[in-house]
Amino acid sequence: MARIKKKIKTITVDADKCNGCRSCEIICSAFHATPKYSSNNPARSRIQVIRHPLRDIWVPVFAGEYTAAECMGRDKYIIHGKEYDECGFCRASCPSRDIFKEPDSGLPLKCDLCDDDPPQEKPLCVQWCLNDVLKYEEREVEVEEETKPEDLEIGLDALANKYGLDKIVDAVTRKSLGKKG
Amino acid sequence: MRYAETGYNLEIDLATGNIERVETDPKLLETHLGGLGTSVKIHWDRVPPETKPFDPGNLLIFSSGLLCGTPAFSANRTLVSFISPQTELLAYPMMGGFWSAELKYAGYDKVIFRNKSPKLVYIWIHNDKVEIRDAAHLKGKGALETQELIRQELNQPNAQVAAIGIAGENRAFIASIEQSRSSSSRGGGGAIMGDKGIKAIAVRGTKDVYLARGGEFMEHMKDVKKYIDFRNENPIKEVMPILSGIGSPQMMKHTDEKWHTESFAWGNARLRRKDFWTDEIATSWEKSQKSAIGRFISCFNCPQQCGALITYKDVPAYMMKCFSKLTYAMGAYVDDLDFNWRIARRAFEYGVDSFSTPQILAFAVELKEAGILTDKDFEGCPPDKEGRFFWLLDKVAKREGIGDLLADGTYWAARRIGKGAEEFDHNTTKKHEQMNIKLGMLDPLYFLMFATNEKVSITQIEGNWPQAPFQKREDREAFVKDWPQLPDEKFKKYFVDWEPRGEFSNPNYPTIQMSSEIVDWMEMLHNIDDALGICAGMGSFCLKPPYHIHNYPKLISAATGMDVDEAGLKKIVNRSRNLHRAVNNRRGMTRADEKPPLDHWKKRFPELEEQLLTGYYKFKGWNYNGVPTKERLQELDLGYVAEDLQKRGILKDGQD
Repeated sequence: MARIKKKIKTITVDADKCNGCRSCEIICSAFHATPKYSSNNPARSRIQVIRHPLRDIWVPVFAGEYTAAECMGRDKYIIHGKEYDECGFCRASCPSRDIFKEPDSGLPLKCDLCDDDPPQEKPLCVQWCLNDVLKYEEREVEVEEETKPEDLEIGLDALANKYGLDKIVDAVTRKSLGKKG
Repeated sequence: MRYAETGYNLEIDLATGNIERVETDPKLLETHLGGLGTSVKIHWDRVPPETKPFDPGNLLIFSSGLLCGTPAFSANRTLVSFISPQTELLAYPMMGGFWSAELKYAGYDKVIFRNKSPKLVYIWIHNDKVEIRDAAHLKGKGALETQELIRQELNQPNAQVAAIGIAGENRAFIASIEQSRSSSSRGGGGAIMGDKGIKAIAVRGTKDVYLARGGEFMEHMKDVKKYIDFRNENPIKEVMPILSGIGSPQMMKHTDEKWHTESFAWGNARLRRKDFWTDEIATSWEKSQKSAIGRFISCFNCPQQCGALITYKDVPAYMMKCFSKLTYAMGAYVDDLDFNWRIARRAFEYGVDSFSTPQILAFAVELKEAGILTDKDFEGCPPDKEGRFFWLLDKVAKREGIGDLLADGTYWAARRIGKGAEEFDHNTTKKHEQMNIKLGMLDPLYFLMFATNEKVSITQIEGNWPQAPFQKREDREAFVKDWPQLPDEKFKKYFVDWEPRGEFSNPNYPTIQMSSEIVDWMEMLHNIDDALGICAGMGSFCLKPPYHIHNYPKLISAATGMDVDEAGLKKIVNRSRNLHRAVNNRRGMTRADEKPPLDHWKKRFPELEEQLLTGYYKFKGWNYNGVPTKERLQELDLGYVAEDLQKRGILKDGQD
């Protein structure tokens, strides 16, 4: 198989440095407004600072994938004696909670690293965090080119495993005859 | 479409429970901007001068500033305005934190309270839904714990809550309003909130705040950002570290407190301890502060870190602000500064002003030592200094025993106690406790600021001009070389010529004219900050700040779409400033009230001081009594104010 180059984009979050000002939330919402910078609303931001000041918790989290269903169970972390929120580090826009959804429509929000034309040097939240909590890095890695089987093939394999290939062939034949007849 | 402002105020009648969302007149943006400017206009229009602080008609206004909720760094001030129970004038203590931006996102510029609630309530503002909720279960709770309890009760971790403690419930004149890492403390806003029966105001908003020309606004903000980076990397060399940066100069990062502990007066603003800061104390305090601070923290959208999360021994975690880290230790006259970590949290829970309160407690100690207060008054009080301060603080917040008198501040307490107690009220101006600072030579700039500003508390009047001349001419020359914030090049010469001693030194230099120009400029910057909701630490209250008269008009124009230049901006804030003065003149404030504490400087010059005051009044367009003249008011489109003042006999023909 061929080896290809892939760009990995990482935002490193040094939560210990975060002082909870939420500049990242404001600039994110301003940048993603239409027209750009025409409005501000941290509730629309694709980065949210999870804040519990008296518990010394300030964790900037980026919006990841949308998920239609919540996980079967939830996680809760205790690190150095500090108890973080349930699913506190999860980036999903998920039915279990309110964050990373458009406040009006409820549609999911996802960080696009400020994809722009011409491209931004760094995502805006990184540019406007003056305390170096957020750092942006791009690196190239070489990976094996994967050829992924298509959905139909995956489905057929699963049916064949369960019922045997002969039964599947029979069923398909019957169905196609039925349609013709 | 309204830009920068939301265009709506929330009007709440606490007596009837009526809540209205009221659209504001868009023209007010052009005439008064927002924040303090538009709040003063409401007080003038709707609060007659006969209104007493605890009358139902005393409006309590919580206001955001024009730029709160926009990407303008440090636009996070909430301005609370009301007739102060202490000064009986229009007060406007401000707080940072997160409340004002959240209010804008909920869709309101201000919340205006009138009348009184028959029972203790809290207000819950969630976008268009606004409720008055029962707060019986919060009665007696601390101002900090109330914020957490309400967030939990509403299941709204992102709600921002401003609350009072028991001092506010008991209408102590020194009661503050606490919120996040900040508080609105001076002048007794907590007492007015308590009097109206409001325990807290919680707000959560998820709406948009619009900018007229957002792209242009962000281009200007990029320059501001660049300058903030520059200033953070290049503290001003010619001044001591605590004054060299931007943000609040008492920021929690500095541990060298030689200046505060030796230049400021201890006890009831009495004694300077010029040899206090020994190597031993310097080492132990550095260790103490560094171990107590769990993390440096900011207000909303501010890159500076002027606050800190404090975890000290068995004291529950809390957030420290500003000079509060020392005021109680200095008031109590204790050597162990760690005492302050312990008492500050209790004071914040009670919700009291960290500036006035320690002076008042120390005032009580003085009265006891002078035999004016007796053993009976102090029955049950521990004998040690620390225990005594805790005991007095409890009494004041609860208004128990002598605490009931002290809770009104030194001026009123002295008059109620009598027996010569008035002599011990030596550090108030307009009935309000001033900085605990006692100096040698009269300073013409500070004289004018102490005497005339509507803020009454000096820390939010001064700012862009160095507090004292630099020793060496070459340092002064170096300092002025890079000073783009100045309104006029001639100020550079004023500063270079200003000497610590000799002909060109205080009190005769800067001259009356120069002093007037400098003070007027600094005051104008505060007025702009207060209209926009920008922290003074990034504008008017520090040397060479990121925001100034040359970039403000550009930011305001891009944000609002209303094109305003420097002259136009100056006229708007002058209008608000003169209207504010007229509010206070109408309430009886005159030249006779405009006096810094008698012992503020050892060397006083009564004749020069009179000339300074007269000269400054003239410069401002005020008459001999400090009332804006008819011409001045008309020039500022305030003809209706002149008419009112004339009708009341406050302005008389021929007095201009």
